[in-house]
Amino acid sequence: MILIRLVPKQTDINFLGARKAGFALSGLAAIGSVIFFLVLGLNFGIDFRGGILVEARVETGADIAAMRDSVSTLGLGDVSMQEFGDPRDVLIRVEEQEGGEQAQQAAVDAIKAIFATEIGEVEYRRVEFVGPKVSAELIRDGVLALTIALAAMMFYIWLRFEWQFSIGAIIALVHDVFLTIGVFALTRLEFNLSIIAAILTIIGYSMNDTVVIYDRVRENLHKYRSMPLVDLLNKSVNDTLARTVMTSVTTLLALFALFFFGGEVIRGFTFAMIWGVLVGTYSSIFIAAPALIFLGVHRGAKGAPPGKYANAERIEAKEPEDKKQITDDSTADSKGEA
Amino acid sequence: MLYFARWKIYSILAFLVVGLVFVIPNFLSDNGRAGLPTWMPHKQINLGLDLQGGSHLLLEVDVQAVIQERLEDLEGEIRTALRAEFVGYTDLSIVDDDAVTLRIRDLEELPRALELINALASVVRTSNFGVGIPDIEVDNTNDGDITVTLSKEAIQVRAAAAVEQSIEVVRRRIDETGTQEPSIQRQGEDRILVQLPGVDDPDRIKRLLGKTAKMTFQMVDQETSIADALAGRLRPGSEIIPHDSDVDANGDPVLYVVERRAIITGEMLTNSQVTTDQNGQFAVSLQFNPTGGRRFGDTTSQNVGQLFAIILDGKIISAPRIQTAILGGTGQITGNFTAQSAGDLATLLRAGALPAPLVILEERSVGPGLGADSVAAGKIASALAFILVLIFMLAAYGIFGLAADLALLINMMLLAAGLSALQANLTLPGIAGIILTVGMAVDANVLIFERIREEIALGKTPFASVEAGYKRAMTTIIDANVTTFIAAVILYVFGSGPVRGFAVTLAIGIVTSFFTAITVTRLLVSVWLTRTRPKELPI
Repeated sequence: MILIRLVPKQTDINFLGARKAGFALSGLAAIGSVIFFLVLGLNFGIDFRGGILVEARVETGADIAAMRDSVSTLGLGDVSMQEFGDPRDVLIRVEEQEGGEQAQQAAVDAIKAIFATEIGEVEYRRVEFVGPKVSAELIRDGVLALTIALAAMMFYIWLRFEWQFSIGAIIALVHDVFLTIGVFALTRLEFNLSIIAAILTIIGYSMNDTVVIYDRVRENLHKYRSMPLVDLLNKSVNDTLARTVMTSVTTLLALFALFFFGGEVIRGFTFAMIWGVLVGTYSSIFIAAPALIFLGVHRGAKGAPPGKYANAERIEAKEPEDKKQITDDSTADSKGEA
Repeated sequence: MLYFARWKIYSILAFLVVGLVFVIPNFLSDNGRAGLPTWMPHKQINLGLDLQGGSHLLLEVDVQAVIQERLEDLEGEIRTALRAEFVGYTDLSIVDDDAVTLRIRDLEELPRALELINALASVVRTSNFGVGIPDIEVDNTNDGDITVTLSKEAIQVRAAAAVEQSIEVVRRRIDETGTQEPSIQRQGEDRILVQLPGVDDPDRIKRLLGKTAKMTFQMVDQETSIADALAGRLRPGSEIIPHDSDVDANGDPVLYVVERRAIITGEMLTNSQVTTDQNGQFAVSLQFNPTGGRRFGDTTSQNVGQLFAIILDGKIISAPRIQTAILGGTGQITGNFTAQSAGDLATLLRAGALPAPLVILEERSVGPGLGADSVAAGKIASALAFILVLIFMLAAYGIFGLAADLALLINMMLLAAGLSALQANLTLPGIAGIILTVGMAVDANVLIFERIREEIALGKTPFASVEAGYKRAMTTIIDANVTTFIAAVILYVFGSGPVRGFAVTLAIGIVTSFFTAITVTRLLVSVWLTRTRPKELPI
């Protein structure tokens, strides 16, 4: 049986050689994301902005222009209407009404009443309203959840590895979060509660990817005590490359199935996840791993300051040594197995 | 890593059988499930409101209203107590939402006033030393100013009681509507989360919950004219209350001057039903408890010919004249009722009054059409995701991929079993969680298989390679799963509704995929290796 190999048996790609380009690219993308976020802002859904969302279906086909005209006579302020995955379906968003919680309710009733007289038979597939109190809390909870998730990850990595690893991982995660928020600012896709859930999952996924590489780095640090750090990191990334690609592909396969067939309601969430898997995979290789060079990794003699080694590593990296010196010393530690 | 003690194999198999038993009800009709033996679980996976259609309402109890009411009572009690003893005072009023202030005219009378006011305190709770803690704190200055504050503790106790009682009333009102399997839970300090499966237009329920249904019978003060009352010449024990439906020539509600003291309150009712009056109009019949019946009897026999008002939520719904003494412990409300409004009022009165108004903070209603569409879309997407991953794993790892695929099938079964057993709600994001699990569940196996490939490349024997592959991949698998699990837990803690559903499936998926990767595939691979003893691994 011929098996598919997405990644050749032995790869020797110089990922770390591209670290400066990678940092520059990521830095630009992150700064760009912040600018997009600040200038364009996010297209917040009602979860965070408060207001009303109505998904309506008119069996004979929705006449959005007519519906817009009807609703505009109600004076509800900013109202957006768009087709939602099907010519029969319309998604209506109404900004938060002044006058607290009761006012939202009154606005929903008014919309239903005017459709009943002017549009006719309308099926209300979804009616949601979020009052100002709850939306403020949802924003707070979302930010809190993201912060705690990042802190918890950092703590776990610090527990399992050394502090340099936990800083490197957190830089990669923050990068992922920034880029995801940036892409939502740029594309104007609705940013709602489920996107927060997606970002948290992305954090989990990206972390997962980073941990796999870090685990290999740690293992190789024990194995190849004299190998220059750059080469060691390169080797670790290459060692785990097949797994990184395989897992990303299976996850993306599943996500694309969901994106195309999972329905309109979940599409924003799935988009965020697909983006996150791509960014998360990239950041594990091009940010989390090279970050260790800049942070310095404690190796060799105990008590030696890591910074000194980090500098030494960087100087050595300029003159790559013969990679073939990587000897196979696995015979030594395969004793006792089998 | 490849050797399995017999008891381990049996435990793994037993665990899988337990999983299977929990999954079975999901494939049976209601009749089929009823036919299952009693020792077997009968529960199917719960669909969340977004999949089966239904309404989610987040209500808040207006606790401040309860406090305000207590302050108004306190103000009235102070007035009555001081008047009864002829203690002169001025400037009696409520300040800062938590206190009543007044000034005693004659400083000589200050000690007497303090004594009278202190006597009004009721005990909130008994302290650890057996001493009752009063609900008010009375302070005074030497020039006769008295401040009566509701203690923090009293406010807390009252607020908590109000929320508890509100939940009870909400439950009774919703039960009255015949909604199937409503869920009514307290959330946080002063909120109530109501979930109504199958109700996609909760207007009637919202209307019922929107009324406090505080009903009182109060005597109409016929000695004060409306003109005097509006000019501020109102007797201290009286208040102006508008009529609910009667309007004057200008279209404004008709006003009545009514004594504050309630003869009958809602708590004195034992039953109420829709009925018709002598003119064939809809009316609501009332049945009082013994106290209520006696008070109603006494009042009506002493006040024949006078008017009394039936007041609901601050509006008069009827102000009949007492024709004769009513002694039977029953009464009737007539007014401008329709069958529906009479029915709603009877329901509200039966269920009891809310201690404070409820505000709807958030509503999410999904119609059955959208729910069914989401389920259908979710099924197609999961099936497709599943098949793609199965094929891909087979193509990439051959016989090992087959083992991983089998593990994935078992993983899905265990995930479904977990959801059935925990009775967690499966939501649309939850389905996304399952699909994500399908993609990510193979990660552990991928890690192991890639490691095995590396070991083979080092020239190890098949046995040694597999052995080392499992052993070396283990720490990585644990680290990688723990991080995703942390994310899922945080999602669960901070998420609400559908997002929680996602967190639950993700968390269960991580646990089951970890279990299947390190037991099921390992067992399969081990059995295959020992049976075939291959010279070379087809990976």
